[in-house]
Amino acid sequence: MSDASLAPDAAPDRLDRLAPRARLLIAAIAIVAAILTGSLPGLAALLAIAAFLALTATADPRPLVARLAHVEGFLVVALAILPFTTPGTPVVAIGPLAASAEGLRQALTIALRVNACILIVYTFVGALGPVRFARAGGELGLPPRLVALFNLTYRHVELIRGEYLRLAEAMRARAFVPRSRWHTWRSYANLIGMIVVRALDRAERVDEAMRCRAYAGRIAARVAPPPLRRHDRLALAAALALAALVVGLDRLLA
Amino acid sequence: MAHIPDGVLSLPVLVAGGTLAAGGLALALRRLDDRALPKVAILAAAFFVASLIAIPIGPTSVHLLLAGLMGLVIGWATLPAVFVGLLLQTVMFGFGGLSTLGVNTVNIAGPGLVLGLALAPVLTRLSPARAGLLAALAGGLAAAGTGGLVALALVASSKSLAATAPIVLATYLPLVVGEAIVTGLAVSFLKRVRPETFAAAPAPLAAGVHP
Repeated sequence: MSDASLAPDAAPDRLDRLAPRARLLIAAIAIVAAILTGSLPGLAALLAIAAFLALTATADPRPLVARLAHVEGFLVVALAILPFTTPGTPVVAIGPLAASAEGLRQALTIALRVNACILIVYTFVGALGPVRFARAGGELGLPPRLVALFNLTYRHVELIRGEYLRLAEAMRARAFVPRSRWHTWRSYANLIGMIVVRALDRAERVDEAMRCRAYAGRIAARVAPPPLRRHDRLALAAALALAALVVGLDRLLA
Repeated sequence: MAHIPDGVLSLPVLVAGGTLAAGGLALALRRLDDRALPKVAILAAAFFVASLIAIPIGPTSVHLLLAGLMGLVIGWATLPAVFVGLLLQTVMFGFGGLSTLGVNTVNIAGPGLVLGLALAPVLTRLSPARAGLLAALAGGLAAAGTGGLVALALVASSKSLAATAPIVLATYLPLVVGEAIVTGLAVSFLKRVRPETFAAAPAPLAAGVHP
């Protein structure tokens, strides 16, 4: 399907030779390693490895930079107040508030870990694109119904978004400008209600069309995936070894 | 805002959230008729798209979770719909996290599902205006529940994060307000325009009754 507007299908990258499920497994190994690593040098090493992989794998690093620049709102809050809420030896004082060394260390730890994980997910999972991701998930044991639901949902997101864009354009044509006021909330609520109504209608039509084609709710049996090839196994082994090394050194030196 | 990224929570919290989500998903999928899959998927896509709209609330703007609305309209299917939505966010935009998928699914879908299952049967008998008021309660409470669960996950993860929980909770205030207003108005809209949305059985799951 065409999905140019919301999420262009992943551009081919240098990791494409790896089987998608191997990429998912490597991401999982790396994230577990990041969670188990507690020291600043260990996390810095992980972040460096993740950044190196991300930069070598992607042809165009610009979307990656944009992704890193966006931090979850609550993380900003947490990182900003951690130094002040963690008891310890004060380093900087702003008025009556004192930032403790322990708190700053905590905030830095979380920031390093979160960014390492974002790089890993971006490189090994995000670049897969939804279609290959769903297949790999199925191969790794996600229930077939869930995989089918994921694929069908992804298939319709762009269509429903088209409905939304048409409705939003109609609102703009009537000089609608969103503000923090009752009229805006009512308009958006009606808009969301209308999206649901149209989705219900579309669901009815799709359901009828599928049953005209003798759909009885059966999902094609899972085809056994081809075995992992040598370079897949090598990459997995390397990921495991590297993760074990970082976590081991982290525990040893801590 | 409700999507906790990878690397914040402790391992036990992640495992607990994952287990809870897996159990809930298994239960919800078992209740789902295979023939209803396309319908559930289309509605899941609709809620996914609707949650991308930025609603201005006071000086800020929020993206709604719509878990309360989902619970009222699609019942048990809320769990897989939220899970799929979170996966799509991870794969399409790189937001959220892999290790936190379970925790985030429980945090976002849990309160909406419980409130939806409890209040949907009442909703069928009410006038659009009263249904809107009840739905506003469901929407606001669902968002507040999500905020509470996010704070709980932080408290359970580490002592230093626990201190940030009250402030994190406070950042949910605009979301609770927006969620209550928009859910209430959207339900009263649906009650007027398409009252059968709130028929005795949640719409997409009723597909199993077809001959």
